[in-house]
This record gives sequence, C-alpha cells and structure tokens, in this order.
Amino acid sequence: MAKDLVFEIGTEEIPAKFMSRTLEQLKEIAAKALIENRIGYKSLDTYGTPRRLVLYVKDMAEKQEDLETEVKGPSKKAAYDSDNNPTKALLGFVKGNGLDFKDIYIKELSGAEYIYGRKHLKGMDTKEVLKRLLPDILTSINFPKSMKWGNKSFRFARPVRWLVPIFGDELVEFDKDGITCSKYTKGHRVLSEGDIEINNASEYFDKLRKAYVIVDQNERREIIRRQCEEISKQQNGNIIHDDELLEEIVYLVEYPTALLGSFEVDYLKLPKEVIITPMKEHQRYFPIEDARGNLMNKFIAIRNGDNSYIDIVRQGNEKVLRARLADAKFFYEEDKKVSLDQCVEKLKHVVFQETLGTIYDKTVNIMNNSNYLAEELGLDESQKNMLNRAAYLSKADLVTNMVKEFDELQGIMGREYALVQGEKPEVAKAIEEHYMPRNAGDDMPSSLLGAIVGIADRIDTITGCFSIGIQPTGSQDPYALRRQAISIINTILDKKIHIDIKKLAEKAITPFVEKKINKEEPSKVIDDIIEFFKHRLKNVLLDKNYEYDVIDSVLNVGLTDIEDAVLRVKELSKWKNQEDFLAIASSFNRVSNLASKAETAEIDSNLLSEPTEKELYDSYMNVRNIFNEAMERKDYNNALKALMIMKKPIDNFFDNTMVMVEDQSIRRNRLAMLKNIEDMMMRFADLSLIVVNK
Amino acid sequence: MTFQEIILALQNYWAKQNCIIAQPYDVEKGAGTMSPYTFLKALGPEPWRIAYVEPSRRPADARYGENPNRVYQHHQYQVILKPSPDNVQDLYLGSLMALGIDPKKHDIRFVEDNWEAPTLGAWGLGWEVWLDGMEITQFTYFQQIGGFDCELESAELTYGLERIAMYIQEKDDVFDIEWVEGVTYGDFFKVAEWEHSKYSFELADTKLLFSFFDSYEAEAKRIIEEGLILPAYDYVLKCSHTFNILDARGAISVTERTGFISRVRNLARMVAQAYLKQREAMGYPLLKK
Repeated sequence: MAKDLVFEIGTEEIPAKFMSRTLEQLKEIAAKALIENRIGYKSLDTYGTPRRLVLYVKDMAEKQEDLETEVKGPSKKAAYDSDNNPTKALLGFVKGNGLDFKDIYIKELSGAEYIYGRKHLKGMDTKEVLKRLLPDILTSINFPKSMKWGNKSFRFARPVRWLVPIFGDELVEFDKDGITCSKYTKGHRVLSEGDIEINNASEYFDKLRKAYVIVDQNERREIIRRQCEEISKQQNGNIIHDDELLEEIVYLVEYPTALLGSFEVDYLKLPKEVIITPMKEHQRYFPIEDARGNLMNKFIAIRNGDNSYIDIVRQGNEKVLRARLADAKFFYEEDKKVSLDQCVEKLKHVVFQETLGTIYDKTVNIMNNSNYLAEELGLDESQKNMLNRAAYLSKADLVTNMVKEFDELQGIMGREYALVQGEKPEVAKAIEEHYMPRNAGDDMPSSLLGAIVGIADRIDTITGCFSIGIQPTGSQDPYALRRQAISIINTILDKKIHIDIKKLAEKAITPFVEKKINKEEPSKVIDDIIEFFKHRLKNVLLDKNYEYDVIDSVLNVGLTDIEDAVLRVKELSKWKNQEDFLAIASSFNRVSNLASKAETAEIDSNLLSEPTEKELYDSYMNVRNIFNEAMERKDYNNALKALMIMKKPIDNFFDNTMVMVEDQSIRRNRLAMLKNIEDMMMRFADLSLIVVNK
Repeated sequence: MTFQEIILALQNYWAKQNCIIAQPYDVEKGAGTMSPYTFLKALGPEPWRIAYVEPSRRPADARYGENPNRVYQHHQYQVILKPSPDNVQDLYLGSLMALGIDPKKHDIRFVEDNWEAPTLGAWGLGWEVWLDGMEITQFTYFQQIGGFDCELESAELTYGLERIAMYIQEKDDVFDIEWVEGVTYGDFFKVAEWEHSKYSFELADTKLLFSFFDSYEAEAKRIIEEGLILPAYDYVLKCSHTFNILDARGAISVTERTGFISRVRNLARMVAQAYLKQREAMGYPLLKK
C-alpha cells in the first residue's frame, strides 16, 4: 500500500526572491534522500507561500525496499583449519554480520580466495525512516542569506515556527532543536483563526484553501494573472507585464486579491519611467497602459487577503503612491533648475574609485576614448560633435536628486534632462543608451553613438581597474568587469563594427600611465586585458553554440578585431562540417609540426630541387596573393578556399619529399617554406587546433 | 488618536509584555538602536526586554520644516525582546491592535528588508512591515553588534511614530499631526526644524566640528582604556552625530566618508568588547533573575 506524504515547514515570512530557487532545492534534496533510502514514490513536488515550504510526495511506499549487499570476510586460508572446519575468524564473521552458513561463498580477489557473505537487509517502515530523513532535509536547505535564532543548531532564511509531517494519516514525530511536529498548521495570518488540523496528507491543500491559503504557487500566479487581466480590461487597458515582479508578488501573498488604484492625472506629465519605477520597485504594483501604449493614471496592487475592507486598503496604497509621486515631481522640478553642464562640474566631487579618481575624471576619459573610436570608425563631423556632447553629459545625471533617490533611473534621467535643456535627440538617446545592455537579457543600444559611448565608458573601467590591480578573481568581481567586457563584445557584434580592442585598450590606459598609478608595465596590463577579453569572447561564442576547437583555433592566433575574429569563427564553423575539411586540417597540422623547427623564413627558390617541392612553392606563391587579397576584403570564405587549394600540394610534398635531409641548406630552405605557409594560415586561424577525430 | 495617545498606547502595551519602559537616552543619536539600552544590552547571553521612545536626529534629512515627510528629528518607538519569543510577530500585531489598527481591515505584510548599520558594525535580518503599502515598522533579528556575533538573538521593533500618526490621523503633512488636542507637531517642532536645518546645512563650523570629532574620538579611546564603558560610549555617540552634521554640511568627500565610518566603527567595537568582558567578569547578573 502506498500513502501520500506532506511535510510542511512553517516559517516567518521568507524573502520572496529566495522562494523559487529554494523550492527547486527542496525538491532535489528530497528526491535524492528518498532514492538513497530506497523509498519508492509516484511523484514528488514542492510548494511554497511566504509562510511555508511544502514537500508533497504522492504514492510513497510504506516500506523501504529490501537491500542485498555483499560483505567481504576472511581469506579462505584463515577461514578453515587443516581439517576443513570453520575457524574462529569465520565464525566471528558469520555471527557478526548476522549471516547463515548458506549465505556464504568463496570468491577470488586479486589472486587470493576470500569468504564472502550475502547480506539481506530488510526494508524498514517508511515512517520510521522519515523520522530521520525529514529533519535532515530541513537542515540541508541553503539560502543566499540565513540567520541564527533561539539557539538552534542550524540556520534558516527566517525562523522556523512549526512542522507538520503527515504520512498517510499518521504524524511522523520528531523534534528538531525544540521545534516539534504536530498535526496542526496555521491558516492565513488574519483571515483564519486558530490552528488547522491535518488528519490525512491528502486533505492538506483543501483544508488550507478553506483557511485562506492557496498553497500552490502556480495557482496563485494564475489567479493574479486572471484578476489583473479582468481589471485592466474593464479600464480598457493592459497591465505592463513584468515576469520578475509577478514572481515576487506570488511569494508575497498567500491569498491574492487584485485591486485597482489610481492617482492624479497631473502626474502623467512626468517621464514614464519616473512613475513606473516607484510603482514597481518600491510598491510592487503593476502599471497599466491604454490601447495605444500610453501610461494610465491607474495601477493594480495585489492584496494578501480577500475582498473585505478592500476600500481601506486601496486608499492606503493610493496615499503611499501619491506621496512617492509627489517626491518624484519635486525632484524633477528641482533638477530641471540645474543644467546638466553644471551637474558635470559637480562630478568633480564624486569619487569613482579612490585611486582612479572622480567621475569627472572618468568623463574626460570617456570623451577621449569616444573621440578615438569616432576616428577609427570614420564618423562624420556632425556625428563626432554629437558624440562628444553625449560623452560629456553621459554621467551628469548621477548628481541629480532623482537618480540619487532612484538609482535605476540613471541614463533615463540623463536623456530626459538633456531633452528638457534642448540637446539634440541623438545626444539624449546616446546618454540613455550608453548603459545598455545593463545585464544579460537587456536590449542592445539602438544608436551607434550610444554604443560608442558605452564601449568608451566600459573600456575605461576595465583598463583603469586592471592598471591598479583590481581584476576579477574567482567569484570576486566588485566592478563587474566580466559583465562590462561581455557588454563590449555584444555591442560590437550587434553593431557589426570593427574595433581593434588592443589599440583601444592602449588608448584607454594612457591617463592611468600618465598619473603613474599602474602597478605593472602598461604592456603587461594590456596583455592581461586581451587575455581577459579572449576568455569572455570564448564564453560568448560557446553560448552561441560554436565549437570550442574552432574558437580556440581563431583566438589562439591573437585577438585584435573582435568582430573580425567572430566572422572567422563563423566561416570556419561552416567549413568544419564539410567532410574533406578535416583532412585539410590534418595536412596543415603536418605543416605546423615541422614549421616550428624553422630557423629562418627566407626561401631561396634556387635551392628547390624536387618536383613536389617546386609544386608546393608555386602553389604557395599563387595562393598567397589570392589569400591576402581575400583577407584584405574580409572575404573569409574565399580566404579559406584559397588555403584549401594547398591541400594536394602539401600532401604530395610530404609523401614524396624528405624535409629533414642531411644537407643543411636544403633542409633549412624546406623548413622556411613550411614556416611561410604556416604564417599565412595563422593569419586566419591555427588550424592545427581543430579536433580531427570527431 | 493623538500623537501622545499613540505613545501611551504603545507604552501600556509593551509594559504588559514585561518590558522595562525606559526614557529616551540623553545623548544625540540617529536611531533608537544607538541607545546603550539596545546597542550594549543586545550583546552577550543575558535576557533583556525594554521599550522606549527615541528622538532620532538625522541632519541630512532636514528640510527647513518645508517637506511633508522628511524631518531633522523624528521619533522612533523602540522595542527590544531578547531572546526573541516564538510568537514575536503576533505580539507585534497585538501592538497594532492597541493602536486601533485592526489587521483584518488592512493589508499587513512582512517584506524582506535587511538592516545594517556600518558605523555600529551591526547587522540583522528581518522585514519592513507594510500597512496597506506603507512602511510603518522595521523588524530585525540582530545577528551582529559592534562586530560581535549576538550570542542570544534579539528581536528589535522600530516603529516610525510620525508615519503611524499620519496614517491614523489621516494627515498628508507631518506638521499637521495633532500632538495633543489643540497642539500640532508643527507648533511643537517647526521652528526647531528650521533652526537645525539652517545650522546643519549653512552655519555649522566645519573646522570646529572636525576638531570635535578628533577630540571625542581621543577621549573615547582614553576612557575605554580606563575601563569605563558608558562614558566612552557617550563619546562614540557624539562622534557619530558630529560626523552626521559634517556629512549633511557636505564637508566630507566620498573618499573620506569610508574613513570616518570606520573610525566610528572601531570605537563601537572597542566599547562592545569591553562591555562583553565586564558582563562576563560580573558573572552575567541578569542570567540569574
């Protein structure tokens, strides 16, 4: 007979953002424990609300499965005396393991014979095993941040206050540091009174529903979705979806009821983000927009409770939002009285990093790096002027009241205030977009100017930090340099722009070298930065499912132009899937093996004697021109095609010509030719790194 | 309910929960936590239950009495329950009932908020308590004080009295709160707000204050060497308040800021350490009660 198990861990309110990960973890821990303890079940799920973590196992076996194990005993020699009677050693082994003589047998182990016994372990009652397992499961749960309370031996996100473990219709009794188990759980904090008795695991969900707790998070999510939909439809609008916000709210309530609130239309004159940010970040409301996508003076709040007294709750929430919007409006009006140029001056008093200087210093660097990139990318005069202005104003909003209050509005306020003071729309857009992409899933900057200022800003941070020795190590990356490098790479790839990252880093490092704050030689710092970018680029490409050997073969020949390296990876990946390519890679592999022995790269055509040697030389001279021209045009398809022409001459050469001959000058000449061929190939990729046996 | 009645209701409620009802500590401070009745008593293994109003000065929040929500000095109602009882959340909800706030008629939530006071070397985990979306209380389980692990964890409840009063009295401006019938919060404090704002932002003699800071710091160290804890701690509080004025006055750059904070934290740690030793030497008298 199988029975259900419910194990409820009753807590004080667990931080909402921990919950989904915690429930996954609880599921993994429990499944592993049950398998290890040979307890069968049909399905296992976890549920949670702010005040409870719940493990629910369906159709769980009432007993552990029996276990048969083999135990090793004494050697045969020691087990029997000369008369073939069991010795004390054997008797002890049999007795000690609770075996019978029919359970023992002889087996060979590394040349000697030993006594073995087959041991039968009867499965215990599941309920007994659970008394040991459940407290272990409870204390194995980890949280990003956990606390101590009341002299307990384990930590938890917030105090655990009750435990309800019911197997079938029986209470599994144990005590963990004074927290006892019972059949009594608690319903909704205010809507339910007294304890709720759970007599059978299967009635758990229904009894709690009656006590105003929807235990299943998926059900709560659906209720919230549906109610939001209904309310916003009635208002002829739509909520602005935000999965992260929804997920947080799901774990802030046990019994969700959506309510509509509103605020004075006048606040809609504020920039949209200024209204949305306090709503979402501070109050956890959903904003509503009308059919044309304009923000409405309405919001939806999710109450933890039912409909009773909902007007009081609505008024309270409206009052709080009104106060926040009044604050925002005040900041907005105050900020508009100060020009962004004045703000830039104030940046002289804001420290970016102790050694690296102020944000103003950073601004100057961003401008210099931007100007350098503008030259490299061949921007016209009017673009250059706008870029320069955007770079100059890029950090100005950091000292505005609004950004001090809501730091997530950096860039956005810069855009708004720039428009207010009559900057060109392109400049305003670049100010906003230089922060993009803010994180892995974020949008890319839509404008080239925004992309350039963003790259200029990030390369400044990276070279600055590397100069003073604060590069990332292990999990330590206080300035998020990895993310910054990845943002540079993704921006370059998105905009398809050709930038020599090495030259850019050399440009960006100059202010730090001038200030003499670099801890190592500039060339060493640059090398480290290039290595750092290689690693990030490799990860970016692996994420895009390129093969690691193709990536390595391209990155191994050095990294300068990121977009270019990626184009070569793309081209090589196409070729790698063609069958004959692997044969070609192995031909080049033979070239590389010997080319490393070359002492010179100078070929003397007069020393060429063998026909296959001459053939290879002619082929090389011919291919070299085609290859170089194709590389020049960044026509990587034809560049590779040109290299492929050489397969036959290379193979013929190796099959018919001896390279390591006695004659010094001929040997040197042949090695020199191979070296030339290798150098050519290495401008594309180190083909010898392509994994052939696949 | 007037402001005064709110205070009285809380005093009565927590007195019934066996808390000592103490009076505000007489040295300037930014929060109720900084009172030695909390900072020191939260250390070590001895139980402690206390409640008090704490006028809390925050020069940077001063607004010349012109902002409806921000003031130089506000009033916290501080409760320490050490060890934290199992039903501490229910006790808290009971206190709201005592203020006429029936949880059934509202939406009361415990939303994650972790408290940290770098100048005190103190942190804890807990929540901000929301009443229909408004934060009215900070609820913290202390984990460390003065850089030392809390041997016996306390629950700290810090009520924002002005917020609660504005809610109960349905006022949009803090200065409209009725302190007692016929006397508003503005009548009581508006001039003080203006004067302290003027002083903090415009008139404070920064050179003099910097020298005060140095002197207070030196005196705290000297006194702690002599084994006197409370007088030394008074000077730590004075350092902290002086730093807050200088900060509001814009006299401390971001770089210097970290340095000043760590100087105050060092003093706090020294005092905490000395207090722990003193209580141990005394044989933890409160354990025997």
